[in-house]
Amino acid sequence: MSQVNALQRPPHRFDAEKWRGDFPILRQQVNGRPLVYLDNAATSQKPQVVIDAESSYYSQTNSNIHRGVHRLSELATNQFEAARGKVRRFINAASDREIIFVRGTTEAINLVAQSYGAQNIKAGDEIVISTMEHHSNIVPWQLLCERTGAVLRVVPINDDGEFLFDEYRKLVNERTKFVAVVHVSNALGSINPVKKIIELAHRFGARVLVDGAQAVPHLAVDVQDLDCDFYAFSSHKIYGPTGIGVLYGKAALLNAMPPYQGGGDMIRQVTFEKSTYNELPYKFEAGTPNIAGVITLGAALDYVSAIGLDAIAAHEHELLEYATASAAEVPGMRLIGTARAKASILSFVLDGIHPHDTGTILDHQGVAIRTGHHCAMPLMARFKVPATARASFALYSTREDVDALFAGIAKVRQMFAK
Amino acid sequence: MSDLRELYQEVIFDHNRKPRNFRKLDPADRLAEGFNPLCGDQITVYVKFDQGVISDVSFEGSGCAISTASASLMTEALKGKTEAEARALFENFHSAVTNHGCAKCEDLGKLEVLAGVAEYPSRVKCATLAWHTFTAALDQKDQPVTTE
Repeated sequence: MSQVNALQRPPHRFDAEKWRGDFPILRQQVNGRPLVYLDNAATSQKPQVVIDAESSYYSQTNSNIHRGVHRLSELATNQFEAARGKVRRFINAASDREIIFVRGTTEAINLVAQSYGAQNIKAGDEIVISTMEHHSNIVPWQLLCERTGAVLRVVPINDDGEFLFDEYRKLVNERTKFVAVVHVSNALGSINPVKKIIELAHRFGARVLVDGAQAVPHLAVDVQDLDCDFYAFSSHKIYGPTGIGVLYGKAALLNAMPPYQGGGDMIRQVTFEKSTYNELPYKFEAGTPNIAGVITLGAALDYVSAIGLDAIAAHEHELLEYATASAAEVPGMRLIGTARAKASILSFVLDGIHPHDTGTILDHQGVAIRTGHHCAMPLMARFKVPATARASFALYSTREDVDALFAGIAKVRQMFAK
Repeated sequence: MSDLRELYQEVIFDHNRKPRNFRKLDPADRLAEGFNPLCGDQITVYVKFDQGVISDVSFEGSGCAISTASASLMTEALKGKTEAEARALFENFHSAVTNHGCAKCEDLGKLEVLAGVAEYPSRVKCATLAWHTFTAALDQKDQPVTTE
């Protein structure tokens, strides 16, 4: 790009229109209306380059990895390992060995709870989570506590949905062995001060896992800067395919941990008396992995990197502010989650109207949102609501999408008005 | 897709705003709790019998417009029915809302306003929660029923 072009760079809104063109699914109509897809926190849509990467893998490269001596196997292995390098660069890990491919955030957390947990957590130890965790960052720790006799501690949040750091400070002590905390809340949009949280945990010798499922698509993550011990995220929320995710772990910790699953690829030598395990990252990747998924995730990260997370974050932030301002104009509309630091999520309830009714009526106008408890039932209980309606934004979301959402909400209110 | 008004008929809004028989029955001959984990709807259904006939039926709880209206309409429809008649009515209603068509639509009476739900598979559970809870009460199930 020349200097002049750079200076004449159009505003974000124009970019979003252009990026939108990369996503073929958004061109369709739903219920006779143009699709307004605002369920991106559940899963994002895929750009054509990602769809093409998966198709091209199966039409040209498909082969098993790490074992064949033939040409296709070498090609597939190279592409697979190149994708690992892309992930490493994307989150600035120190080494490719620290990038473990799993099915998704849920499996990443379960891997740590089972492998690290079994080895390091004992009766009387304490595990700290927050009120705003997704069930996938609650239940694995509850299971670990049941198995070991450890105790689960929960950091409260305030009415805006903000992590209460002072309360956290009171909860963490020398018994704290592990802290598992969400980076960006899927139900509220709150961005947690994970760097500070990690720093305090480390002072007590506790290890920290960050659930980054909702963070990675919306803000630049640097695991070395955060100094987290583990970081988990899913491909499908960052424009990649479903069924693949990433566990980052510090090499020293991963090396000391027992394998999570046994099978092919994770061993060095097997006899009936004893098996020895492969080096990182393969020790944690038993069986033929989702090869197409990994390679396609690499294509998705290339796509996001070419646009730049800073540009994406700026665009989404502007949309969130626009939507928040629009919400303030709607009588009886209450936002659930009004943290000062927030990303891409507008969770709300309408007075006297159940979110499920809101969701159905919006769907009729082509507006796709999520309604329900967002796999965060303790959080719903904290806000004394059974469920919320949630609109969530992506890089291709536009002000027109937000306008369609609010036109839909007006229709909901009109239908329910006496 | 059908018109939204076929799902949200005026009768449904009316019963959502002013649910009938929305109270606790104490003592009840039978009661059960129901829960829809998908949307957080919860309901308790109370039943009283007099000489083999449902003399009173009521409900408490919270839910979406479809589930509240369905519970309210159900309580109106069940009064005066025997247990066998009530179960047959549920079967008929269940077919209507799951798109199998009702065997005897004329027997559904006001309940027919909920037939539009058949076009919305994700909402069928909203319409049937009260009924599943009612049959659980008849069966005296100790565990809360869920739609999942």
